Formats: sequence, structure tokens, C-alpha cells
Amino acid sequence: MKFLPLLIANLFRKKLRTSLTIGSFAVALFLFGLLVIVRGAFSQGEEIAGADRLVVINKTSMIQPLPISYRDRLLRMDGIKQVTYQNWFGGVYQDPKNFFPQFAIDVADQRAMYPEFNISEDQWKAFVEDREGAIAGKSTAEKYGWKVGDRIPIKGTIYTGAWEFNLRGIYDGTRPADDTTQFWFHYDYLDERRTFGKGDVGWYVLRVTNPDLSVRVAKTIDSEFANSPFETKTDTEKEFAASFVKQMGNIEFLILTVGGVVFFTLLLVTGNTMAIAVRERIGELAVLKALGFSNRFVLILVMVESLIVAFAGGGLGLLLAKLFSLRGDPTGGILPYFYLPPIWIVAGIGTALLVGTAGGILPAISAMRLRVVDAIRRV
Amino acid sequence: MVRVDGNGGAASLIHVRGLDKKYTRGGEEIHVLQGLNLDVDSGDFVAFMGPSGSGKTTLLNLLGGLDVPSAGTITVAGDEITHMSASKLTGWRARHVGFIFQMYNLIPVLTAFQNVELPLLLTKLSKSERKQHVETALQLVGLGDRMKHYPRQLSGGQEQRVAIARAIVSDPTFLLCDEPTGDLDRKAADEIMDLVGRLVKEYGKTVLMVTHDPAVAQQAQVTLRLEKGSLVGAPEGAAKP
Ligand SMILES: Nc1ncnc2c1ncn2[C@@H]1O[C@H](COP(=O)(O)OP(=O)(O)OP(=O)(O)O)[C@@H](O)[C@H]1O
Ligand SMILES: [Mg+2]
Repeated sequence: MKFLPLLIANLFRKKLRTSLTIGSFAVALFLFGLLVIVRGAFSQGEEIAGADRLVVINKTSMIQPLPISYRDRLLRMDGIKQVTYQNWFGGVYQDPKNFFPQFAIDVADQRAMYPEFNISEDQWKAFVEDREGAIAGKSTAEKYGWKVGDRIPIKGTIYTGAWEFNLRGIYDGTRPADDTTQFWFHYDYLDERRTFGKGDVGWYVLRVTNPDLSVRVAKTIDSEFANSPFETKTDTEKEFAASFVKQMGNIEFLILTVGGVVFFTLLLVTGNTMAIAVRERIGELAVLKALGFSNRFVLILVMVESLIVAFAGGGLGLLLAKLFSLRGDPTGGILPYFYLPPIWIVAGIGTALLVGTAGGILPAISAMRLRVVDAIRRV
Repeated sequence: MVRVDGNGGAASLIHVRGLDKKYTRGGEEIHVLQGLNLDVDSGDFVAFMGPSGSGKTTLLNLLGGLDVPSAGTITVAGDEITHMSASKLTGWRARHVGFIFQMYNLIPVLTAFQNVELPLLLTKLSKSERKQHVETALQLVGLGDRMKHYPRQLSGGQEQRVAIARAIVSDPTFLLCDEPTGDLDRKAADEIMDLVGRLVKEYGKTVLMVTHDPAVAQQAQVTLRLEKGSLVGAPEGAAKP
């Protein structure tokens, strides 16, 4: 590319200005990356939701229990293939800051319900056989340095007292978005030791035989238990995750507004920078044209300059965001899925280039339209 | 042979007939060039003089294909440029015209070498061929040892010599100089004029130059004056050396 020296020389002409513009892109795209990560962290449940899974909770609120007896009634209903149940434990490991979700689980059906979690046959068997056994997700185990065989003390907050579990296995997710922070132990162990709420479960998760009929099955379930002391609210896992996110506020809206404002500002910054860059070079652009460089060449020259700045800055910002995400969840457990997917890096670069194009186009066109005779007269 | 009476043969290198240029500014019409005729042969060196605002730059811009006339024709080496499309004219400029302006000549962020190389980027020459041409041109203007210098590291006269090297590097049909010594002191101006004189005498270049300086104009074979929109002079009396 024989025109490269000309391009590079232009970029390095005002090093401070170029760096500042690149910096603007970097900051904006870093923020973009963070917003994507946070959005992903909140909507992770939706993304990984099983299409054929339903969640049944107490109609009053998620923290109200449901009776264990519903399990058999659910299994007898049409369109339901499998049923499992879970109970929130809410204990504290060493320090209240160390958050990870703990579930008392239905040992018999957990694994069949969640095939996305990988765990070795041996570890699972050891877990099933140990009434005080537990399984931890890979990231939680790594975070606290747990090894299989460790005894894990957890202080109960809902179910008060000192609880201890034997770590029998560590599971991993099969997709990047899978939550590997959970901590599972036997429901029977919880039910036996707790002093209240015996025979209650937190919620049911069930698999339908045909995902297309999910909505109808959900309705049937809720009408089956209507007018009972424990009315139910059944949703697909996806809706359930979505309603959970909604409780956190309208994150999507926040992200769009913040992102929109940032990119609009960036557009103004780029447009202004390129306009100045063209204006101070009018004489030179005129000389290039006098030498026989075409109007189109001048247009492309300005555009490419704008795009290089956008690409360099955008790339830098996204790289920083990626590095940031690799350090893991900065909140200490609230956002277990802290990940910047490659597709969003591509989207970010695309957006940066779009802003670079939009910001550069008007100055580039004015450079293209510039008449040599006028430019040379302008002293 | 330079003529302004419109009787030159069609074979002359630059052949201008009935050239008109009007500008309108704020509703008022300025008739700068009025039916101007000019014939210039290959190897001629012409100086244009005239008071400020008489239309010297306008004429040069028209001859260089930077602007279009209101009427009349300009034919260069058989090509009539007055009816070329803008993009065709751009290509024509690259092949036929070497410009030297009073200022704004060099790109400040490029070295002398890179500045001189610019016109060659528009040709099909290879990198090594370009290098050879650029070095030859810079040596010819006496700046073989300043190739890596940036314009701000050169004196005004040296900058103008780089501009001359750039104007001749692609071996154009003719050179157009608009007050090339206007910003220089006497000594530097003399050096530039010696150089231009050598280009004409030793290399047979065709040069058309605007100047305010009679000493500079004297170097040319012919001096023409722009008066009331057309050229006057004594081309017959000015013998070629
Ligand atoms: N784009 C334009 N619009 C309106 N008028 C113009 C334009 N360009 C030139 N003129 C007018 O045309 C006339 C001739 O201008 P030109 O620049 O050719 O003169 P000049 O002989 O080169 O003068 P100088 O010696 O000062 O350089 C001037 O009156 C100028 O104001
Ligand atoms: Mg002038």
C-alpha cells in the first residue's frame, strides 16, 4: 500500500489529538463492553434457560414454600416428564461477603433435570451415598480453594445453626454462560435437621414432554392448585428468569440510554476532530488535488483516517473490557456470569466503525468537494 | 515561439483561443480574462506580469486545468482540456502539469523524499523506480543530501526547490509557477531562477511563470503583460537565446 506513509503521517501529525480521539473511542467501547457484560450477567438465566423446563413457585411470592406432596400430583399430570424440587438455604461461608447460592436439592432427579452440568460418575455416586455430602460449582470451588473431601462449614441464617458438609464433587458447565457458582446438598439432610417448614420445598422445576405445550401445561398446573392453601404460579424457565431480571429494574433501558448518549457524544467528538483535521489541511489537500489526486482519493483518505482511529480506539476499549471480564465477577458473587462474548466484541468493533464512518463522512465530503482554486486563494 | 495575436499555428504546444473568465461576486460581474489568445511552443519560457488583480493566477489556473473558463478553448499537445470532465481533467493534470505555487507547496508531515514521490504514486512505477526518479529529481535541484528532511527543517528556498523537484519528477509536459520566488529573499530567488533557467536550457522544459519581480521576469525568454483581460507583449522582439 504505497499511500500508507501519507495516512500514517496524517495520523501522527497531531499526536495528542489523535490519542485523545482514540482515547474517547477506548473509553466508550470499554463502557460498551461493561454494559454488555452486566446485561449478560443479569439475563444469563434467560439465555441458558431450558426450553422445555417450567418453574413452579408459590403464587404469593417466591419465598413462600410449596408442599412436598405436590411432587406426586405433578408427576401424575399430563405432559409432564420429570419433576425435581429445590430449597433455598441462604447460609454464610466464613464471611457474609462470600456469596454463592446454596440449594438443598432432590438428589434423585437433579442430574436428569440439568444435563448442562457436568460431573463425574464417581463423584456423583459419592455424593449420593453421603447424607452430608455436597457438590460445588467449579468457580466457587476455585474461589475458595476447595478440594473434594474438604469439610465445608456453613452458618445457617434461615435455618440457624452450624451446618457442615463434605465436598464430594465439583461440577462444571457445558456452556460459558452456565452458572458454576452453585452449592448443592441433600434436601433430606435439610428437612431432617431444620426445626420449621418440614415437608416444604422452595419451588419445583419440571420438564414437559412437548415444549410447544409449555403454556398449556403451566395453566393446567396453576388451575389444578387454585383455591388451595398453596396456590402456584408456573412459568417457563425463560420467563421466570426474565421476571427475575425485571425485579432488578429496567436494565435494558438503562443500558440503551447510557449507551446511546455515549455513542452520540462520541459521534460529535469524532465529527469535530475530523472537521478540524480537514480544515487545517485545506492547503495540502488542494496541493494533492492539483498534483492529480482525485476527489475520491481525498474522500477515502479522510474516511480511512477516521476509521483507523475508530478501530484502534474501539479495539483498545474492548480489549480492556475483555481483560476486565477475565478477572471475574468484581461483586464477589452477585454476578456469577461475568463474560464478554466474542459476538459482542465484533458488534462493538462494528459500532465503533459505524461511528467512525458517521463522524468522518461530512468532513470527508467537504474535503472531496474542496476546489483547488478556492483553497489556494484562502490565505 | 510565443504569440499572443491568435495567429499561431494549431501545432503549438499550448494553444489558447478566445479565453474568457468571468466571476460574479455579490451580483457584480468581474470580467477578468477577455478573449485572450496565446501560443506557446515546447521549450519556451514565458513570464506573465501585470498588476495585482489583473488575472495572472486565474490564467495559470485555467492553463493547469484547475478551473474552467467561461468561454474559449485551451488545447495542450492536441488535447482540448476545456471540455474534459472533472475526473478526466484530474488525470490529465497528473500527466501533463507540474505546479509550483508561492506557498502551501509541501505536505509538512512528509519528508522531502516523500513529497517528491507524491506524483509518482499516481503512476504504475515500482517502488525502486520511484526511488530512482525521486533521487534524480532531488539531486537535480541540489538537495540530494536533504531527502529525509521535513519541510520545517528546510529553508524557504530549499522548500521551493523541493517543490520544483516534485513538479518535474513525473516529467510533465509543462511547468506552471505562480510567483515561485514571491516569499524568498534576493539570493534564494536568484538560486531558484538559475534552477528554472537550467531546466529550460539543459532539459528543454516548457515553463509558464507569473511574477511581480522584473529581475525574475528577465530570466524568461518572453515577458507578457496582462492588461484589460488579455496579453500584450513583444514576443517578436524577444529573441530566443
Ligand atoms: N473565486 C473568485 N470569485 C470572485 N472573484 C475572483 C475569484 N478569483 C479571483 N477573483 C477576482 O479576479 C481577479 C483576478 O484575480 P487573480 O488572482 O487572477 O489576480 P492576480 O493577477 O493573480 O493577482 P495577484 O498579483 O494579486 O496574485 C481579482 O479581481 C479577483 O478578485
Ligand atoms: Mg496571483
